[in-house]
Amino acid sequence: MSDVINTGRPVRFNNNVKVVEAPQGVEGEGFFLTTLSQVVGMGCKNSLWPLPFATSCCGIEFMATMASHYDLARFGSERVGFSPRQCDLLMVMGTIAKKMGPVVRQVYLQMAEPRWVMAVGACASSGGIFDTYSVLQGIDQVVPVDVYVPGCPPRPEAIIDGFMKIQELVGNESIRRRNGEKYKALLGEYGIE
Amino acid sequence: MSLDNSLVKEKLSSKFGESLTNWEEQYGMLTFEAPRELNLKVLQFLYDDENLKFRFLTDLCAVHYPDRAGEELAVVYHLHSLENNVRLRFKVFASANQPDVYTATNLYSSANWMERETYDFFGVNFIGHPNLKRILNVDEMDYFPLRKEYPLEDQSRIDKDDEMFGRGGSHN
Amino acid sequence: MSEHAVAHHVRLPDGSLQKQTTTINLGPTHPATHGVFQNVLEIEGETIVSAEQTVGYIHRAFEKLAERRPLYQVTPITDRLNYCSSPLNNMGWHMTCEKLLHIQTPKRVDYLRIIIMELARISDHLICNSIVGVDTGAFTGFLYVMQYRELIYEIYEEVCGSRLTTNIGRIGGFERNFNDIAFQKLEKFLKEYPGVLKEFENLFNRNRIFMDRTQGTGGISAERALNYGFTGPNLRATGVDYDVRVAQPYCSYQDFEFDIPIGTTGDNYDRFMVRNGEMWQSLRILEQAYRKVQEFKGAEADVYHAEVPEYYLPKKEDVYTKMEALIYHFKIIMGEIDIPPGEVYHAVEGGNGELGFYLISDGGRTPYRLHFRRPCFIYYQAYPEIIKGSMLSDAIVTMSSLNLIAGELDA
Repeated sequence: MSDVINTGRPVRFNNNVKVVEAPQGVEGEGFFLTTLSQVVGMGCKNSLWPLPFATSCCGIEFMATMASHYDLARFGSERVGFSPRQCDLLMVMGTIAKKMGPVVRQVYLQMAEPRWVMAVGACASSGGIFDTYSVLQGIDQVVPVDVYVPGCPPRPEAIIDGFMKIQELVGNESIRRRNGEKYKALLGEYGIE
Repeated sequence: MSLDNSLVKEKLSSKFGESLTNWEEQYGMLTFEAPRELNLKVLQFLYDDENLKFRFLTDLCAVHYPDRAGEELAVVYHLHSLENNVRLRFKVFASANQPDVYTATNLYSSANWMERETYDFFGVNFIGHPNLKRILNVDEMDYFPLRKEYPLEDQSRIDKDDEMFGRGGSHN
Repeated sequence: MSEHAVAHHVRLPDGSLQKQTTTINLGPTHPATHGVFQNVLEIEGETIVSAEQTVGYIHRAFEKLAERRPLYQVTPITDRLNYCSSPLNNMGWHMTCEKLLHIQTPKRVDYLRIIIMELARISDHLICNSIVGVDTGAFTGFLYVMQYRELIYEIYEEVCGSRLTTNIGRIGGFERNFNDIAFQKLEKFLKEYPGVLKEFENLFNRNRIFMDRTQGTGGISAERALNYGFTGPNLRATGVDYDVRVAQPYCSYQDFEFDIPIGTTGDNYDRFMVRNGEMWQSLRILEQAYRKVQEFKGAEADVYHAEVPEYYLPKKEDVYTKMEALIYHFKIIMGEIDIPPGEVYHAVEGGNGELGFYLISDGGRTPYRLHFRRPCFIYYQAYPEIIKGSMLSDAIVTMSSLNLIAGELDA
């Protein structure tokens, strides 16, 4: 649909903007009543900032996911960061060796709450085909994991599916979860205060 | 001027005589064994000789033969003469109790990490190496994993059971 | 404020007040290190004085793993060496096995293998060059060429079913013949990719900023490179025209006409240009190979593997109907085929240089010792020497232009 405005140049307005679904609530004249968790969840899940912790082959599939063919930016994660202080989602992609385990843990500890962890690929989930003396059999030995994406390497569609599951978790999470007893017990199992 | 395996063997035998043994030609590559103490002299001779010109160290690795008593660890050098397009392989043997071999880093800078990797995996002690410490494994590891007596899997893992893989117990 | 006052409140390490250089840790998690390796740099201002490297953050014990696995089961682990071009590693391994087993592959198989290998080389150089662009700040080139990497992945998928870690081929050939869709996709690639490569070159080759960033930085002389065991595009950028495809032709490379692009100074710009040049040469080889494959007609066009039933997995239809095929299938899958004793070293020209496989067999079902001659591991040793005296940002560009793949580094 083209329109000519004062400058004389034809301009096309984007009338086809996709808007996310509003959470459940009561709507009225000038107000919308819902729970804080749902609003925060909706905002958070559509603008997650992932930290791609790419170590090996799954990292190349992540690069393919980030590129234009399978675009991960459509899901709100346009800005991938490499600083844990600024990111919500730690995506561990690739084999984590025992030498690298403390590094993953350190990066996880540097992230601020709320934080989520996605283990992409067989190696990050369980050690994969490398059942050897030098490979950590899954990153859940050192950090708590929210979503596991199987595959060797998982197709970009599978990585996106994992990302959507994270979005589901983020959207449905209660804002009190991180202060609760259960979460503290979970972190306690990993030796994290 | 084309160099072929028999010429290489002739030149080496005329210089080193009987100390080089076990001449073989496996799949087109000339292979021989040298005594442990002569490895640098052989490398230097192959580097300096104007007809041989083996000036490229392709590979350096080790093999563990637990059955050869007194000579368990073999360090294998693969050399390449780029100008003549000939490859060569030679081995030196050392015992597992005292695996001392002279380092080739003064001649070839690429031997630096290759020897560190050999030390890391097999425990071969390269005399004169500038920085002989573990390179690929964790620094605290106290054994040499690629030796035949050690298993592949990490024995302290709890989520996988050797029974599941048809290996009752910890050795295959 | 006197020195005593400062030292009283803050505990400083010994010698830190006199130290002139700053210690910076680069990696193992860093956006610019494409893979996990660590460099502890001593910098004075912006200039690097020295670097200490740590590798092994992704050591997966391939060589020990290979001692447990029969020949076919080793192929998936060779995939994970240089995972940007895994068909090259697979083919190299299968060729090593064929050398050990004295198997001769028919010409059509060789030409098909060359098609896959050159596609893999293009995909490896594409990632390397576009990431060099990203590291200097130019993100667009990366997005433009990733589309064509997707097309290469689709060609792999038609042949073996997998995109990245392909596990492609068998000892003696391929698991299935290339179907029409694969050839159509190959034709599409050959038609469209030259235009894209030209566009990519237009973005970078004469770009003032890119040239200023990459020319004169990260250089190494040919003598030092040879002493450090460099091979591949990094060596060819210094002026030495050593290419395993020409020196020791394997897989019928001698039937093809192609040039070897070389550089002069070995700096980042030369490496970039050499890789671009190699992509053009790979396209040339691909066109020749495609034409040669089209020349096989009739029954010859159905040949996609050598006739070695003891080592080549038979077709499923035969397994279900013929007794010998069933027995061979069982023996190969269970790994009960004995390989002849011997030692073989075979090298192929991988994306980074001479990828060598040193296989010692003692007659059992698995290799006695398998050693990978990994080019990345060998030339990464030269990195401190290359970046000494250069600035921090140059070190980053040098690291990505050397095309360090962590999987190949650590194995």
